Amino acid sequence: MTQPILQVDDLATYFGHVDKPVRAVDGVSFSIAPGQTFALLGESGCGKSMTALSLLQLVPAPAGRIIRGRINFMGQDLLRYSEAQMRTVRGNEIAMIFQEPMTALNPVLTVGQQIIETLQQHKQMDYAAALQRTLALLDAVRIPAPKSRIHDYPHQLSGGMKQRVMIALTLACEPKLLIADEPTTALDVTIQAQVLNLIKDLQRDTGMAVLLITHDLGIVADNVDQVAVMYAGQIVETASRDAFFSNPRHPYSKKLFAALPTRHKRGQTLEIIKGSVPRLNRIFSGCRFVDRCDFAWQACHDAAPLWLAEADKGVRCHLYDPKVAKAAELNPAIASPTPSASATFTSTTEAPLLRVHDLKVHFPIRKGLFKKTVGHVFAVDGVSLEIGTGRTVALVGESGCGKTTVGKAILQLVTTSAGQVHYADMPYGQLDKATQRRFRGEVQIIFQDPYSSLNPRMQVGEIIAEGLDVQEPTLTPAQRQQRIAELLAHVGLPDEAISRYPHEFSGGQRQRVSIARALAVNPKLLVCDEPTSALDLSVQAQILNLLKSLQDKLGLSYLFITHNLLVVEYLAHEVAVMYLGRLVEYGNVESVLNQPLHPYTRALLAAAPVFDQQGKQQLHALEGEIPSPIAPPAGCHFHTRCPQVMPICRTHYPIATRQAEGHRVSCHLYSDVARQQTK
Amino acid sequence: MTQKIQRHWLVWPTVLAGVMAILWLVVIAMYQVDPVYLISDKLVTLLVIFVIYLIAYIRTKEHLRAPWREVFHRKLAMIALIFISVYLVIALIDSIHFRLPLQKNTVTEQAQYETRVLSLFDVLVMPLRKRVEHSYSAPFASYGLAKETLELAAGREVRDYPRLRYGGTHLSDPNSQTLTDVARSLAKAGLITLVIWIVLVAASIYLLAWQQGQGWNEKRQQIWREQTIVPWRVVFATWGVVLFIITSLIILSADYHVFGTDKVGQDVLYLSLKSIRTGVLIGTLATLVMLPFAVLLGMMAGYFRGIIDDIIQYIYTTLSSIPGVLLIAAAILSIQLYIAAHKDTYTLVEKHSDLRLVFLCIILGITSWTGLCRLLRGETLKIREIDYIQAATALGVSHFRILSRHVLPNVMHIVLIAVVLDFSALVLAEAVLSYVGIGVDQSTNSWGNMINTARLELAREPAVWWPLLSAFVLMFILVLAANLFSDAVRDAFDPKLRRLSGRV
Repeated sequence: MTQPILQVDDLATYFGHVDKPVRAVDGVSFSIAPGQTFALLGESGCGKSMTALSLLQLVPAPAGRIIRGRINFMGQDLLRYSEAQMRTVRGNEIAMIFQEPMTALNPVLTVGQQIIETLQQHKQMDYAAALQRTLALLDAVRIPAPKSRIHDYPHQLSGGMKQRVMIALTLACEPKLLIADEPTTALDVTIQAQVLNLIKDLQRDTGMAVLLITHDLGIVADNVDQVAVMYAGQIVETASRDAFFSNPRHPYSKKLFAALPTRHKRGQTLEIIKGSVPRLNRIFSGCRFVDRCDFAWQACHDAAPLWLAEADKGVRCHLYDPKVAKAAELNPAIASPTPSASATFTSTTEAPLLRVHDLKVHFPIRKGLFKKTVGHVFAVDGVSLEIGTGRTVALVGESGCGKTTVGKAILQLVTTSAGQVHYADMPYGQLDKATQRRFRGEVQIIFQDPYSSLNPRMQVGEIIAEGLDVQEPTLTPAQRQQRIAELLAHVGLPDEAISRYPHEFSGGQRQRVSIARALAVNPKLLVCDEPTSALDLSVQAQILNLLKSLQDKLGLSYLFITHNLLVVEYLAHEVAVMYLGRLVEYGNVESVLNQPLHPYTRALLAAAPVFDQQGKQQLHALEGEIPSPIAPPAGCHFHTRCPQVMPICRTHYPIATRQAEGHRVSCHLYSDVARQQTK
Repeated sequence: MTQKIQRHWLVWPTVLAGVMAILWLVVIAMYQVDPVYLISDKLVTLLVIFVIYLIAYIRTKEHLRAPWREVFHRKLAMIALIFISVYLVIALIDSIHFRLPLQKNTVTEQAQYETRVLSLFDVLVMPLRKRVEHSYSAPFASYGLAKETLELAAGREVRDYPRLRYGGTHLSDPNSQTLTDVARSLAKAGLITLVIWIVLVAASIYLLAWQQGQGWNEKRQQIWREQTIVPWRVVFATWGVVLFIITSLIILSADYHVFGTDKVGQDVLYLSLKSIRTGVLIGTLATLVMLPFAVLLGMMAGYFRGIIDDIIQYIYTTLSSIPGVLLIAAAILSIQLYIAAHKDTYTLVEKHSDLRLVFLCIILGITSWTGLCRLLRGETLKIREIDYIQAATALGVSHFRILSRHVLPNVMHIVLIAVVLDFSALVLAEAVLSYVGIGVDQSTNSWGNMINTARLELAREPAVWWPLLSAFVLMFILVLAANLFSDAVRDAFDPKLRRLSGRV
């Protein structure tokens, strides 16, 4: 085995008060070989990012401090380095890219200036050489037309572009180790695939090692050599990628796999990890996972499991320790997921609950003294879809394609420019304000961000009662109280939540409060705007289970806006794929996902890092980025990125054609007119 | 449960307000005084009642209590608060006006009153008010400032510094005795302070212990080790200092004019204490006038946007582009004309100078709401896009309810910060305006007027510096305390700052 480039031994970083520290990192050991990609996987609050910051000694002082440990980087103990010495290591030897590309670049300097400055400082290059190198770097991170791009300011670049510039910036000094802290979490799937492929290619060319920090099993499946699972400040399992995916050993790893929504689990409740990550400000006497583990027995409560290292893998669990007496019988809870109570699929022959016809939302761009309209943002440009009672329609697409605007337009939260929204054969959009307010209860919305969707100044009881007070003002205080209690029980929150404030709850619990608030007015349709994308995997499973059981119990219909295709496969009946304000493909979930027709749908499916237990696939990245909705490309909006583009695509927008039962697609590949023309 | 809490929090402020009203009626009946309600007094009463209810409301809401707890936890803020409270109490006592009864006229059987309107504060410091000298005298002086022609017993006349009528009369040889006498008085004040302080502190600790069900000793140790939320150790120490200042002033002013006397022989200490009301009133009432404009218009502009936003923006940009002093001068001049035209209605001097004071508050309020309005508009623009507002709209909640339940509570911290920051600025503004001559009426005691007259006094030979010093010291303490307190409030309420300090 080659000498590892980085060897971390028993690293511990504590925060807060000396007497009652928060043990963010508590005895972490791992090693990374040269050229290797090493993934640190775990939920939020597990200490992943703190581990990375500790490596660079960037822990925010004086609150945080490294208590003990050794960080051996190419034969040097970094913890003995002074701040001045560390400065030569950071950037030169170990570089880091952050999750949020928006804040990592200086907004008042051009992209070129930032890279050139770095080169001049670290490499002592003169300006001309630095400029040459900058152009080469931007070319290496595949930024088109780097000569003109170096004069751009960060705000002129898209999120994916910024992340590329960040990568170029970190590569400027040819580091031996790149730390990537959730590099793609803020990006779309297609852009994520581009960035991950880029990192992989660069790694192949330069031979640097990568420490990839992520919470996404999919990313791990596609991109890494070695995996370490972190839980509550400790590494609980390490294994090679193949071993990890074929046979995860720690109960926590197993649970993570079980909580993943996939097509195979349709109609079943997802396995959930009960509870949440424990607070790290206490001293653990036993295993840290014991409260959430299905296998736990007495020994797990009594003694902390030791690290059991083997050749290239290791696990921290009593199950694998021959010295610890096993419990008489193990509880194999993971073996078979139980099918949910009643997976009733109501037929769509009856009149649909919601009919959206040719919906358009154009935001005017006003300029000048008299606010003259100089253009429009074509956020939604002719969307038609139907949702039947008890059905789930998933609306899929990259960010900026107008999915959220569709949701808001259905609720009349934004003014529609054209088209109709019929709710149960009632023209919802054309009602006057007073009547509309009365029907508000029928359609409700759940937002993506559980932190901004609840008023921090109101108690949970007040939040839930808000809709009741408007829609059913005749309730007596006692009835009102009872309804609130019922709703809390519905979404699985304790009774005492009523008088507590949102900040006392975790993200998942807040999302439950949101759902309770929406359910208070007895809606028939819920617009779910990425309700789980801000949540951890285990919590996502809880919320998805809740939504599914509510649908079964109450016959709710969902418009599920998401970019996560795994969730779509698990939950949706129909899928609508959206690109730049228009639907490009629509049909039931099996036919769209199994036989995607539109090139964009295919690209989305290929870009999503879907993993199976063995296969290691190269991500198929879609080139380019979504164009601006202010000036959509002429002809088919997708022709700028389409691998199968034809001449007609550049001039005419394809009409929707019906393929199989209920499967519509807008693409010239499938329209007869186009086929005849090409002949 | 929520119902019960709502009924509960309204009870004690109502009882308190009721008790205060009854007390006042009893006092009127007992002392046969004729209550005079000046406009500013009514506004002060309104403000006090509002504040009492506000405190009661804040106590029910945990998210409102938490930042206040942080404010009270800061030592500097508590010290500032104690000094501010002393000022506020003086201002409040000085806002209870009445006319004392004269001897009853037996012929008409009608109650007759003095023409002069007094305040409760005047009555409390009656000696200070009554002991008027001939003219200027320095602090702690026993002789007048200027030589006068004195008639000796033998009928001879001599030019010399006259003995004062009230200052240092108990001394046989003031030049040699003053220092020791003052020192003796201070020692006496120290002793008295010590006794009162010990009683007060013991009672407070006992009360605190009783309230939290702890032992006296346990509480005492807790306070000594600073384990309580409110830093009682510092609070008690500040009490000691304040008590000492008050008692020594009381004892010393019985024998001397501590801050000297002015041109017509009035005690400068009395004048500067009377000025407290003017300063505090302008600081609070002007914000009271400003708040409805700023809050309502700012929130409406940000929430409704479109044409309403345009109109409100045009109003405040226009208003803020006119120099404030110009508006104030115009308003004050026109109110003077108005008073001159309605001489019959404003027979009492106090009434017309009070009208001018109130008008000054109003015009200061009108010229100063734009800044806060702009801030609130920006914040509301941000808040209206947040998901919980969208959720409320989706539930069919009305605009008014959204504004009052969602927007207002979430901009309240800005309002509060603006109010406490504006307070000291307004106190200073009054001084400046009165100095320029467009502030309060000449007959109203105010620091600005004192500084204005000091302009000429400083040019005299020997210079008369004490009215200026006195006004300066009192104003300085108030403004400094207000600034320190507002710093603490801003730190506690500003979510950005809090995140920095509260980061684990």
